[in-house]
This record gives sequence, C-alpha cells and structure tokens, in this order.
Amino acid sequence: MKRLKINRDYLITYGIVIVFYVIMSILKGTNNLSSLFKGLLVPLCVYMIMAVSLNLTVGILGELSLGHAGFMCVGAFSSAFFSMIMKDSITNPIVRFIIAIIISAVVAAIFGILIGIPVLRLRGDYLAIVTLAFGEIIKNIINILYVGKDADGIHVSFKDAASLGMGEDGKIIINGAQGITGTPNDSTFTIGIILLIISLFIVLNFMSSRSGRAVMAIRDNRIAAESIGINISKYKLMAFAISASLAGMAGALYAHNLATLNALPKNFGYNMSIMILVYVVLGGIGNIRGSVIAAAILTVLPELLRGLSDYRMLIYSIVLIGMMLFNSSSKAEQWKAKFSPAKLIKKHKTVKEAE
Amino acid sequence: MALLDVTNLGISFGGLRAVDAFEIHIEHGELYGLIGPNGAGKTTVFNLLTGVYKPDTGTIMLADKNITGMKTTMINKAGIARTFQNIRLFKNLTVLDNVKAGLHNNYEYSTFAGIFRLPSYRNTEKAMDEKAMELLSVFDLDGEVNLLAGNLPYGKQRKLEIARALATDPKLLLLDEPAAGMNPNETKELMNTIALIRDKFDMTILLIEHDMKLVSGICEKLTVLNFGQILSQGKTSDVLNDPEVIKAYLGE
Repeated sequence: MKRLKINRDYLITYGIVIVFYVIMSILKGTNNLSSLFKGLLVPLCVYMIMAVSLNLTVGILGELSLGHAGFMCVGAFSSAFFSMIMKDSITNPIVRFIIAIIISAVVAAIFGILIGIPVLRLRGDYLAIVTLAFGEIIKNIINILYVGKDADGIHVSFKDAASLGMGEDGKIIINGAQGITGTPNDSTFTIGIILLIISLFIVLNFMSSRSGRAVMAIRDNRIAAESIGINISKYKLMAFAISASLAGMAGALYAHNLATLNALPKNFGYNMSIMILVYVVLGGIGNIRGSVIAAAILTVLPELLRGLSDYRMLIYSIVLIGMMLFNSSSKAEQWKAKFSPAKLIKKHKTVKEAE
Repeated sequence: MALLDVTNLGISFGGLRAVDAFEIHIEHGELYGLIGPNGAGKTTVFNLLTGVYKPDTGTIMLADKNITGMKTTMINKAGIARTFQNIRLFKNLTVLDNVKAGLHNNYEYSTFAGIFRLPSYRNTEKAMDEKAMELLSVFDLDGEVNLLAGNLPYGKQRKLEIARALATDPKLLLLDEPAAGMNPNETKELMNTIALIRDKFDMTILLIEHDMKLVSGICEKLTVLNFGQILSQGKTSDVLNDPEVIKAYLGE
C-alpha cells in the first residue's frame, strides 16, 4: 500500500514536468513565445536540474553545500572540451552530445568523490565553508587554464597561451579567462527536459531504495545509523557523488547552449550556488518536486516582470518573502496537506468508486 | 565460553576514571541487568561495548571474537545492537522505514539495482517489507507503519527503537533504560515484551534500568556499578540483598 502511494507521488512529479514541456512546446510551435522567453527555456532546465541535484545534498543527505556551481563548472568545461576536440571526428551532434553529457557526469562525480573524501568528515558550517571555497577555487583555476591541441597532441599551461608551445597547426581550446569559444550549440529544450526527467528518476528512485534509506537515516541520526551497522562515509560519499554528477550534467547542458563559455562569478561563482540554494529552500528542503517548481518560477519571474522595469526586483523580493512565509506557517502546511495533488486524486477516485 | 566476556575494561575522561576494572560474563539467553546510581558509568559501559568510546584497558570478547576497539558499525555487524537512553529514531522516516534501515546489512542489493528498479530490488524490498512487518507486529506497531517515527507517542518510540535494533539480527541486545518515562502500566507491558523477545528471538539481553520492579522482575543476574567500579555482581536476589548495594543505591 505504501509503495503505491510513493509511486503516485512520483508520477505526479513526472506529470508536472511533461505538462510543462507540452505547454511550452505548443507555445513555441505556434510562435506565442517571445524570443527572450525562448532563450530562457534551456537555462530553465539547467536550473531545475541543479535544484534537484542540490536538494539531494541538502535535503536528503542533510549537508549544506555552497559550492554546487563548482561541480556545474567542472561538468560544463569537461563536456565543452570534449565537444571541441571531437567536433570534426564525431559529426552526429546527438551522439556527440550524449557522450559529452556522460563525460560531464563522470568527471563531476570524480570531483565529487575527491572533494567529498576530506569534506564529508566535516560537519555543518565547516562543510559549507569548505564547499564554498571549492567552488571559488575551481572557477579561478579554469580562469588561468590554457589548453591547446596540435598534431603532437594536447598542451596544457597555467601561464598564458604563448607558453603552450604549439606547432603551426595548433588551436587553442581553453583560452584562460576567455574560456571556450565555438562550442557546438547542441542543447535543446527537449534534451533539457529529458535530462531533467533522468535526474528526477535517479534521485526519486535513489530516495526510496536501500541506499537512499541509509543516507536519510544518517541525516536523521548519525549515531543511531552507526549503531545499526550503516557505513556512514560510504553512503555520504555516494549521495554526494550522485549529486555532483547531476550538477555536471546540468553544466554540460549549460555549456552547449552558449557560443562562448567562460567561468565568471555570475555563472559559476558564489552567486549561482546561493541562487540554487534559494530554489531548494523555497521549494522545500527534501521536497524534490517543490524545488523544481521554485526553480521554474524564480527563473521566469524576473523576465516576466521586465516590463515593470524599476519595480521588478521589488516584486521579486516580495514574492520570495511571501513564499518563505507560506512555506513556514503551520496554516499553509494544513492547506497543502488538504489540497495536495495526491490527495485530490485519491478523493476523486473514492468519489468515483462510491458512484 | 560465555557469549560476552569483558575483562578489566576501563576508560578515563581527563582525570576522571569513568569506568575501572569492569568485568562481565553473560551466557547465551541470559537477561542481565546493569544498575547503579546516576553517573555511575552505566551508559559509558554501553558506549564502550558498542565502540562509541575506545577503552584504555581491557578486552571485549563476543562469541570468542575480540571486538575491542572496533568501530561501532563493525561491532553491530559482529552482533551487538543497542537502544539509547534519549531515544534516537530516524524521525523523518516512517515507522516501517526505521525498521527497514535496521535490516540494511541483512538484505542487500546494489544501488544501481535500486535506481533502475531491477528484479533484485523488487524481490529484496518485498522480503524486507515482510520481515519488518513481522517485527513490528511483535511490538504491536503494525497499525502505524506509515506514520513518521517522530509522530509516535513516547512509549511506542521506545518499542520501535527495540524493533530497529532487533532488525540487525544481533546476538546481544543492549537496552539503555527502556522503561524511562513510562507509567507503571506501560512498564509492566514492556517487561512482558522484553521477556517475549528473549524467548521468541532466543536473544541475550543486557539492560540498564532504574525501575527496580522491572529489574527484579525479569533479570536473572545483576551487576551494580558505583563511581565506575563494580560494587556487587551475581544472582539478582543475592545482589539486591547485598548490604553494600542497599547502602549505596537502594537505600535502607
């Protein structure tokens, strides 16, 4: 009986995403979307995946990570680098993009494990500060990284483009602060939504499996989890690595949507990490569906309000405060319980059965 | 050999000798009580036995296996499960999931199988559900499986903690003040449950308790601690009549 309930809850989450996709596609097909809005569709998917990813770390694992944009950055650059190198060898954009996404996920997961081994020994504030530092370090390293390719192979330098010492045919791929230019534009809204559904699938199924239960047990009570024989470091690291690899995937989607990819404070810095955290907190810590919806609303809202020019940020912040109050009050909890989609469907069914 | 053989166990915190020269020998199937005034070191003994603290001196043998200094996780795998004086449940998990978390090491499938819902996931989860329900029905908790553990009434939380500990399939069960905060009726019910666990699961139990009615009612043997040292040890009736024990703990 319990399993049924969980399944229904998951189906609603997938359903919301699919309905959103269909509506957007119809609007796009009938030319009812402004060009500004069209440009927002892929970033929207990026932020929603990031929200799912960070919610795994914050809500399920229970650790505050302030450097999640760092994993996105790793994923973005590794996948863009791959696409640049393979641009001529693999001509099928879909195949190339799929491989790029897998590479981004794997590289980000490796970084997640490397960072996680020392960091997950820390707790609370300390962990938050170290992850914050990690995000900044990654961004700054990318800014001084020069990678070029010529007939001899790949050259790497941390100084400048000239010291790569490439041959005549040499081509710079990562050009320090100027980043990667000319990444193939492979990201589409459809691929974004597919990646979002894959992320949801992985996180939701992980949560209701044996490993996810162990992770949540550790979150709720570490000492008790140890006392029943759960390997704390293993499961913390597992959740962190999965979360990092999803952020890497979001990075790949992000990178292949831009002509020029560079690591700025705006896209991969502290601000980005905090913005994603805002989605998670407002959508509900541990509430995957909520964080996806919050990411969508808070990404679209500033653009919708563009016409109000000066009042735009004022309304944005009022909405933030309103959502926060709504989420924290007990009245709202009751209201949500009463009108939750799962409940409404059940009610509908019982009414039908009664008839 | 006894199931649990502890010799010369000791630990100091700074200048304080919290537990000194502690010995205990528990046979398979025994119901053993550990009593003593507040601050005597009873919970410290539990923490030493379960690897929360590393002992300075002494050895702990469980079923002829030396588990001294092992990590908590490994000690649980070796066969010691415990409950806590201040209840430590997974409050945001359901009652069922709390017990299933306890079954973690006895029912395995890979994370990959879990995410992609392979047959091993479905079969194992089904077996886990059945086993968990069986345990919960022993404690009369099978009506509340989908409730969050944090929303259970106090007495039931204590029971759930015991069920979760039993789910790890231990050889030895340590209960830290199972009757704390219970009214006389609940305590009586708990006494029956503990006796039932011993018989049904063929369990060996070591418990800390202040409720003398419960202790004298079900424990066969007792160890009395005072200021970290053993004051008296032996059959329940002998220990409770020991003048030293009466003076230090029970009151004349």
